[in-house]
Amino acid sequence: MWSFFHKLGSPPWLYAISGVILRWLLPLTLLALAVGMAWGVLFTSPDFRQGNSYRIIYIHVPAAVVALAGYYLMAIAGAINLIWRMKMADVAMKAAAPVGAAFTFIALFTGAVWGKPTWGTWWVWDARITSMLILLFLYLGVVALYEAFDNKEAAGKACAVLSLVGMVNIPIIYKSVDWWYSLHQPASIKFTGDSTIDSSMLYPLQLMIAAFYALFTCCLLLNMRAELLQREARSQWVRKLASAVETP
Amino acid sequence: MSVPGTWQFCVRLVRRQLLLAVRRPIEIGNPLLFFAMVVALFPLGLGPAPQMLGGFAPGVLWITALLSNLLTSDSVFRSDYDDGSLEQLLLAPQPLYWSVLAYIGAHWLTTGLLLAMVAPIFALMLNLPLAALGTLVTSLLLGTAVLSLLGGIGAALTVGLKRGGMLISLLILPLYMPVLIFGSAAVQAAVSGFPAGPYLATLGAMLCLAIALAPLAAAAGLRISIDA
Repeated sequence: MWSFFHKLGSPPWLYAISGVILRWLLPLTLLALAVGMAWGVLFTSPDFRQGNSYRIIYIHVPAAVVALAGYYLMAIAGAINLIWRMKMADVAMKAAAPVGAAFTFIALFTGAVWGKPTWGTWWVWDARITSMLILLFLYLGVVALYEAFDNKEAAGKACAVLSLVGMVNIPIIYKSVDWWYSLHQPASIKFTGDSTIDSSMLYPLQLMIAAFYALFTCCLLLNMRAELLQREARSQWVRKLASAVETP
Repeated sequence: MSVPGTWQFCVRLVRRQLLLAVRRPIEIGNPLLFFAMVVALFPLGLGPAPQMLGGFAPGVLWITALLSNLLTSDSVFRSDYDDGSLEQLLLAPQPLYWSVLAYIGAHWLTTGLLLAMVAPIFALMLNLPLAALGTLVTSLLLGTAVLSLLGGIGAALTVGLKRGGMLISLLILPLYMPVLIFGSAAVQAAVSGFPAGPYLATLGAMLCLAIALAPLAAAAGLRISIDA
């Protein structure tokens, strides 16, 4: 177990293993996304009140769920970097910030597109929506702080502290629809008790949530690999890789 | 030479910061002037109708207080970083948590406390009902303390950067937002005749949490900035 933990600290090993994971995970993710989209869009019945516009939940809900989970991942990776000085955790944290920001943006954008026909407005200053906007700013703050430092080791630590502080906001975002009376509906999918969504709509949604988690993982790993190559550009193993590409 | 105890050390730090502020009164006056100027902008921008201004007053006062706090939080550690005394502070035997809390406390005494004191004057100019003045002052007293603590984190993380000023607003404004929501909601409730207690209690809870945790984060940020 410990040797696995130590191996995680080695850039060439991480680069190799992430390549193997991606070779399987990427096709699977694309397949799951395609199946989930087709199932959700073509083979479920329209909602009796919203008609067909509700189908955007197959993108909106998974993106929002993964955007929140991604923040935890970023903050925990930052904490691991602070506590155990693991360089690869720093790589993961740096790679997670822009990906998380993109997922947050997708959730906000699809919400606006759905809100126009349903609520009659693109945007309301409602607890859930505002707090998701704050989440976007938190992600962007981490990206901006990382770029501002010349010393990248200090940048990683400073961003870790910032993302840990920002973690206070995540439960607030998650619970905002229950704590405040808001236009955004409360959660329909519950881990305990009955979900308030019909199972014919629930199953494709669950598939899409799983697919979005996988998509986040793929984006994160791809981003991490790019970051690894950039950081280790002068090292032996990257040069070997590069020369292998140049002379096939 | 005897080493001062932690309490004594913190008292000296606060006294030193206050003395520095008093020697340069413009440093104290600037945020207050900024507060006055920005408050004056709203009637010009929104129109001087008293009814409408009264409705906007809680939000206007709170946003202005937040901005003037934001403007000053960049300077909490800046001059001590520049002249190197911050490094001595990190080497001192006293726990950094308490020294950071002393810095932030001094910052609050010279900004938030004074803002809360002068806010009623501007509240009356904006036609805020008299009944809400007490809530306004209480919410500002509690809220600006939270803002100063959060601003301390941002200041500690960016103190080593040359262009920290713009960045700090991006870092800490998202964290300021919950304080703004509850602060202005408290005043709004007092204006409409609802009890403001729950909002003030939430602000107090935020303050407790911030006192416990924010200096830790700020201390970690200072160590990172000094190492960089």
